[in-house]
Amino acid sequence: MTDSKKTGLSRRGFIKASAAGAGAAVGSGIIGAPMIWAQTIKDVTLNQVGPSYSVIADICEKASVDLGFKIVPQTADSTALMAKVVNQPETIDIADLEFWAMQKVWRSGQLQPVEVAKIAKWGDITPVMKDGKNFDGSPQSMQGTTPVKVMYTGGPGDTAFSASPTDFATTMPTIYNADTVGIRPDLIGRPVESWGELFNPEFKGKTALVNIPQIGIMDAAMAMEALGELTYGDKGNMTKEEIDTTINRLIELKKAGQFRAFWSTFDESVNLMAGGEVVIQSMWSPAVTAVKSRGTPCVYQGLKEGYRGWGLGMGLMSHLEGIKLEAAYEYLNWYLSGWQGAFIARQGYYSSVPTTAKEQLTANEWGYWYEGKAATEDILDPYGAVMDKAGAVRDGGSFESRMGNVACWNTVMDEERYMVQRWNEFVSA
Amino acid sequence: MSRSSGRSSPLTPYLQVAPLALIMLAMVGIPLITVLLLSFWQSDGISIYPEFTWANYQQVLTSPVTLTLFLNTLKYAGLTLIATLLIGFTCSYFLVFHVRNLKWQIGLFLLCTIPFWTSNVIRMVSWIPFLGREGVFNQALISAGVIDQPLDILLYSDFAVVLTYIHLFTLFMIVPIFNSMAKINPNLIEAARDAGASGWQILWTVIVPLSRTGIALGAIFVVTLVMGDFFVVRVMSGGQSASVVSAMKNQIDQLFYPEAAAMAVLLIVVVLLMVSAILRIVDIRSELAK
Repeated sequence: MTDSKKTGLSRRGFIKASAAGAGAAVGSGIIGAPMIWAQTIKDVTLNQVGPSYSVIADICEKASVDLGFKIVPQTADSTALMAKVVNQPETIDIADLEFWAMQKVWRSGQLQPVEVAKIAKWGDITPVMKDGKNFDGSPQSMQGTTPVKVMYTGGPGDTAFSASPTDFATTMPTIYNADTVGIRPDLIGRPVESWGELFNPEFKGKTALVNIPQIGIMDAAMAMEALGELTYGDKGNMTKEEIDTTINRLIELKKAGQFRAFWSTFDESVNLMAGGEVVIQSMWSPAVTAVKSRGTPCVYQGLKEGYRGWGLGMGLMSHLEGIKLEAAYEYLNWYLSGWQGAFIARQGYYSSVPTTAKEQLTANEWGYWYEGKAATEDILDPYGAVMDKAGAVRDGGSFESRMGNVACWNTVMDEERYMVQRWNEFVSA
Repeated sequence: MSRSSGRSSPLTPYLQVAPLALIMLAMVGIPLITVLLLSFWQSDGISIYPEFTWANYQQVLTSPVTLTLFLNTLKYAGLTLIATLLIGFTCSYFLVFHVRNLKWQIGLFLLCTIPFWTSNVIRMVSWIPFLGREGVFNQALISAGVIDQPLDILLYSDFAVVLTYIHLFTLFMIVPIFNSMAKINPNLIEAARDAGASGWQILWTVIVPLSRTGIALGAIFVVTLVMGDFFVVRVMSGGQSASVVSAMKNQIDQLFYPEAAAMAVLLIVVVLLMVSAILRIVDIRSELAK
């Protein structure tokens, strides 16, 4: 409420100022205009809403200082954010949406496309985010929501995605990563190389899956495929039969006591691992770091079948217009200018424009996070705590070997309703 | 009751009840109606269309998951009810009939409420490091030589869920039972004893019947709290069990609101039936008026 009022005020202020500017311009040419612009943009406040790993207060603060207008961070997990985008669009200005979430919310028409021409660094965005190609030029896995599938749209008002690149992007890609399983090397004591190990009876009662249906079932599918039990047409869009086979197998495993837990939150996954409850499980990368920081050995184990990829983009809400929209574009451009890329690199995520992030990282950091080289000195997180010792190498190696080896992408399936129903059956079995 | 009521207009009682009625209508009535409406609408996983359909109910009522979920939740409710009733009754009995000193009574009663000085979540989560595989309890048992392998059943199991419920909800049983028992006239017990009743007979034929209002109220609290929970189940079962509401939460997270609404309506019906069954056994209203 107050927010829309503020917009109104600033817009009115802008009109007044431009009228004055027009008067001034008669005398002094157009020199006055940028000054007036700078005065009014200061009144802008942008609400950025997204998951905690993307919307970070430190980044918003730094941007507010650099840009001169205020960016207010607000965290909401992806499911809550989707509901907010659809039902309360006016409470958000910029939404940090997972690509799979775009499959659900874009057609609601609550977002406006990002004009590619207004993003200065668009051309520098990595091909894995916008071109559907790996670093060596080979096509990416199209299982699940590959970013390119939801990257482009026909233009303003179009609620469908465009298969080929256009001048209008649905969101501007920001951060992404390749997910795999976390393991306790000290408790396993032998190399782990395949997703199939999740179902290995050796780890009976010591494995866990994430209790987010569409991600948990995909981790299970990676394991099933690795074991040769089922080859999926598309793990990111299973048929009813494939869902049935997968869930039935999961129920069988559950009844045999294979799983210790199904976790829902970050801290649950950390505690399961750190407390020795599980030795192998689905995990997010910062959770592995959190376990390590407690002095417990934990590896984010790259597996031969490949990674499960995910990524986010910043979406502009439809109600943005005028000076507020201009401010939003300025913020988007700032986002790709390097500071944010370096910040999230230190948390283990990749920036959509690695070249600018590189400028803001030390050679040691760049080598560790992006090139898979051994750290020459201690690696610090964004807040200065030691994450890894000198000599350590990032799990899974370089940016290209990790992001270039994504087997499937986080997604929503056509048969989602059925899948969620069966997942509930699995959890209650 | 008083003379003033005789003089007031016939509208007075309605005006008196109006504030609460309005609040109830706005805060309970409207949301309930919304849920009811929603349960008959269609959705495609993101948008909701106000078009009438039975599909949500059809899905909920024909799916075998629904029965499993309700049975599972009822099992939790039943186990918790029995345990909290036994503990609640025993505690109250002790406080009322064994602790004669009023100061001690109040002091001990306050002691029962100490766990409530901190939040539900903390009380629940604090069980995890205690019960875990490398937790305090397992470590103690192992070092005492009772077991040589940690007990897995302690955490992320039905046991952990019910244990947490009991810990969280016993006070809701103690308070109303304590209240009913405190109202029992000690002369009645003496009279029973004079008439030759044994301790058990007094308990069973005098105290229990006279405490039934408290028992019924406590049961309503405990049953509705357990039936409506999803958080304890999720955390303490390690996501390995589901309750009706946790399944609903999964649906809500995926934006399948109408299905979740249909499930919610079904849950309301079941809980209402349970509460009315309790009220059938004990007429709380007339008992309270005594």
